[in-house]
Amino acid sequence: MIEVKDLHKSFGGTEILKGITTNFEKGKTNLIIGQSGSGKTVFLKCLLGLFNYEQGSIAYDGKVFSKLSENEKRNLRSEIGMVFQGSALFDSMTIAQNVMFPLKMFTKQSKSEMEDRVNFVLKRVNLENAHHKMPSEASGGMQKRVAIARAIVNNPKYLFCDEPNSGLDPKTSIVIDNLIQEITEEYQIITVINSHDMNSVMEIGQKIVFLKNGYKEWEGSKDTIFKTDNASVTDFVYSSNLFKKVRRMYLEENQ
Amino acid sequence: MTYLHNIGAYSLMIVNMFRKPTKWSVMKTLILKDIDDLVIGSIGIVAFISFFVGGVITIQTALNIDNPLIPKYLVGFATRQSIILEFAPTFTSIIMAGKVGSFITSSIGTMRVTEQIDALEVMGINSLNYLILPKTVALMLYPFVIAIGMFLGILGGIAAGVLGGFTSFEDYILGIQTDFTPFHVTYAFVKTFVFAFVLATMPSFYGYYMKGGALEVGKASTTSFVWTSVVIILLNYLLTQMLLS
Ligand SMILES: Nc1ncnc2c1ncn2[C@@H]1O[C@H](COP(=O)(O)OP(=O)(O)OP(=O)(O)O)[C@@H](O)[C@H]1O
Ligand SMILES: [Mg+2]
Repeated sequence: MIEVKDLHKSFGGTEILKGITTNFEKGKTNLIIGQSGSGKTVFLKCLLGLFNYEQGSIAYDGKVFSKLSENEKRNLRSEIGMVFQGSALFDSMTIAQNVMFPLKMFTKQSKSEMEDRVNFVLKRVNLENAHHKMPSEASGGMQKRVAIARAIVNNPKYLFCDEPNSGLDPKTSIVIDNLIQEITEEYQIITVINSHDMNSVMEIGQKIVFLKNGYKEWEGSKDTIFKTDNASVTDFVYSSNLFKKVRRMYLEENQ
Repeated sequence: MTYLHNIGAYSLMIVNMFRKPTKWSVMKTLILKDIDDLVIGSIGIVAFISFFVGGVITIQTALNIDNPLIPKYLVGFATRQSIILEFAPTFTSIIMAGKVGSFITSSIGTMRVTEQIDALEVMGINSLNYLILPKTVALMLYPFVIAIGMFLGILGGIAAGVLGGFTSFEDYILGIQTDFTPFHVTYAFVKTFVFAFVLATMPSFYGYYMKGGALEVGKASTTSFVWTSVVIILLNYLLTQMLLS
């Protein structure tokens, strides 16, 4: 379990996170939602220790991150897979080399074992014929999928995804969402996903944390999000007419 | 204040560069790639500049000696001294601060702004070790480039001097052998090693710790060039004072 307690983070006097407390469980897909600029990326980067925060604590399975030694931090991090909002692929390497990178760095597998594994994960993200392309030659959606493949290739214990399906078509989005949920359940990992894609929220939101103005405005799941009467949540989630309709029908059906 | 802060941050960077080393099999390929990019890739320009500057030094020296009491071999002697003591080690390094330095700053800076450095860190990789150490090791071969530069500078001197009729081949050869002090070569290579270290680490520092986006990458390259040159010039002064006086 990842436990976050009273997390405060500001940039140059502007407080972005004003005390977030929540926790993320094993084997569940946890979603952070909120408007653009609400601090989702900042929150995720605090979790990963990429940003220092002024106050609060973050514990990974009981180990408080800020109290770990440099070495313990690195060991913990080698069990983390992360998909950055901008993919962050290594642009001097081909797609296949990008995906193979964590294996090369942290395992003692033979070349052919690594290649098999790379082929396997690239297949799972629906990328079979792009091994030798450079990231700059791949489309935005392809880059995203390579980033996901790179994040999961070494079977991480913790998986963080910053908007994994922004820039993907609806069909590929669903494939990616289902993939993330599958591996989360299959390997019992802790998955935290930033998203403002309502499809994902409804599909895989086993736990949903809604950020607004630096606070945790609401917390629930894809089932309770239909029933909540928190005005900010309904305003954000059901901002499109389609979702308004979906919600009405859901509530009628489940009365 | 910011200078002190930068000096502190730079020193910490150097220390941390040696922590948690990357696997040797990976490091080896990184070093070879950087040798190719930074060292082999610089030979051409260094050779070109050295040859022609050697020629110019010879012509200028010859033209400035019109007193018949000064022996003719002085042309070769002066060319050799200028090239070995200053031109090859110091001025080539300033040119390299532009070529190699801005390449290092912009490539590491781009990795910073596109979060590739964060991606390395999140994986638990010591990104300082992964990115900067291979460049530092690769540039330890930089003295070879300078040696080539010295040789070609003196050769350029012969070519321009003899072909242009400014000196005779025999006088020039006599000149470059006159009063040869081996320690001068040692001095030149000590400087070169120090400059190589500066050339690898200072531009890396400016790239690694930059903030912002693509625009700032450009600015960082410029700042890096300016400060790398300033530091090379100052170190040149200090080392000369220490080693030659
Ligand atoms: N490095 C930084 N320096 C200063 N301010 C920052 C920095 N990173 C983020 N911010 C500010 O923090 C706030 C939250 O940004 P963040 O990137 O977390 O938003 P987000 O919820 O991820 O938005 P989006 O959905 O558009 O990705 C923004 O106001 C942003 O300007
Ligand atoms: Mg974001």
